[in-house]
Amino acid sequence: MKLDEIQKRLLREIADLHAVPEGAYNIRSNSQMAGRRSTANIEITSKTDVSGMDIRIAPFTKNESVHIPVVLTQTGLKEVVYNDFFVGEGADVLIVAGCGIDNCGNQDAEHDGVHRFYVGKNAHVKYVEKHYGSGEGAGKRILNPGTEVYQDEGSTVEMEMVQIKGVDDTVRTTTAELKAGAKLLVRERLMTHGEQRAISTYVVELNGAGATADVVSRSVARDSSYQKFDAKIVGNAPCSGHTECDSIIMDNGRILAVPGLEANDLDAALVHEAAIGKIAGEQLTKLMTLGLTEAEAEEQIINGFLQ
Amino acid sequence: MRNDMLELKNVSFQVAEDRGDKEIIRGVSLAVPESKLVVITGPNGGGKSTLARLIAGIEKPTEGRILFQGEDITEKSITDRARLGIAYAFQQPVRFKGIKVLDLIRIAAGKHLAAAGACEYLSAVGLCARDYIDREVNASLSGGELKRIEIATVLARGAALSVFDEPEAGIDLWSFQNLIEVFENMRRTIQNSSILIISHQERILNIADEIVVLKDGRVEKQGPRDKILPQLMGTASAVSECHMISGKGGAQA
Repeated sequence: MKLDEIQKRLLREIADLHAVPEGAYNIRSNSQMAGRRSTANIEITSKTDVSGMDIRIAPFTKNESVHIPVVLTQTGLKEVVYNDFFVGEGADVLIVAGCGIDNCGNQDAEHDGVHRFYVGKNAHVKYVEKHYGSGEGAGKRILNPGTEVYQDEGSTVEMEMVQIKGVDDTVRTTTAELKAGAKLLVRERLMTHGEQRAISTYVVELNGAGATADVVSRSVARDSSYQKFDAKIVGNAPCSGHTECDSIIMDNGRILAVPGLEANDLDAALVHEAAIGKIAGEQLTKLMTLGLTEAEAEEQIINGFLQ
Repeated sequence: MRNDMLELKNVSFQVAEDRGDKEIIRGVSLAVPESKLVVITGPNGGGKSTLARLIAGIEKPTEGRILFQGEDITEKSITDRARLGIAYAFQQPVRFKGIKVLDLIRIAAGKHLAAAGACEYLSAVGLCARDYIDREVNASLSGGELKRIEIATVLARGAALSVFDEPEAGIDLWSFQNLIEVFENMRRTIQNSSILIISHQERILNIADEIVVLKDGRVEKQGPRDKILPQLMGTASAVSECHMISGKGGAQA
């Protein structure tokens, strides 16, 4: 299946893909498979009961990557996709997902992706997920990602979630269960414009001794957009957890940060930090004394903040 | 006839307070000649920092005119003044989440500067460039580190007029020696530019061409260093100590 220019542009935005990626990949375009490759260590197969894939990564696979971008360019298209990742013991891989929607029509276009990660002992996964929307149509661009992470002992998962532009409505739900010595690092970057709405909910359960979680969100709400960041960490064992919501509001943007910590073990050390505010006037002043206009200064501050 | 880089003509500045207007700067006239280093000193609370902010355009005078290279800049914005060639180092440097030291120096230089070029400015303020170039200008840096990065951004601007508001504040003794060397170097290469430093430090006063003493918002004394400095020794510093002990004045002086 050939990709048109819009689809190629979406792929560049969400996966930095300019050509067919190295390693294993599956490109999904308007609910169709536009390309797939398995490798000796990474096998991608279609599910038979529901829409989606199983991605099996052999134990001790090192330095390999999987790209599974999704693009939608048909107005009115709604899809629910289930992708399961089975990461073998001791593997070390990069997984790049993401969805780009270009909706020029008047009907909503929606992609609901559910990703489940079963991460084996001492495995290391870096997961990058970017969301992007474009198109001038009145139809909304809707993305509802669901992520479930099951980490075995000593495993590490680093997640980078980015949604900077063009997505009208998002409800992101992430849950994680960690066994002893497992480590979860989440870096979420979010910017909303216009009337956009984004809700992000995390529930992380630290079930084994020495499990750690660090969930950090940096976000900017512009115009009349609304964001809710709801991060809960549950400590059921001697463990440590940290959540942080750091947000800039502009124009009439609104943000609700909901801290949630639950300690069910005397040696659970849990911390939550949240800060919401407009750009500090002195930051603008400083950059203006370096010769930037107020608008240029604002752009620099936001770009830096979301980097 | 001497050329003035900067000229303040009868500048006043008032702020509205609950108990009526408070005058912070009262009819100040002074000039910073071209290729000269001028130090403004005086007791805390005397209006020195306010004067620097008026020059940078962060505050606008309620009366009087400000001339830069002969051009009236009284109504010009901070950005316009920066682009005309005024650089300003904050007394309390601003922190930025996500903006790196290299980014800030590049913005200051106004061009895409190679990392090596940016490193020179950091080295000049005594920071090991390699350790700092990729650091964020955030709360992980100490006050002294931030202060030196602030001065590096002003060096990178290469401006006609560089204004430093208490560069010594928050710098430890070890770094202070380095700071003096920075200003001595600037002093040596001052040709066609000028430097205005707000300071209490005798060693900075010692490298001044001219000294202005500001007290209660007024110019109390101004003139060549040789004439003013002997009058100050043992008085100005004593006055500011008294203010500090009695709790008057403060870091924003």
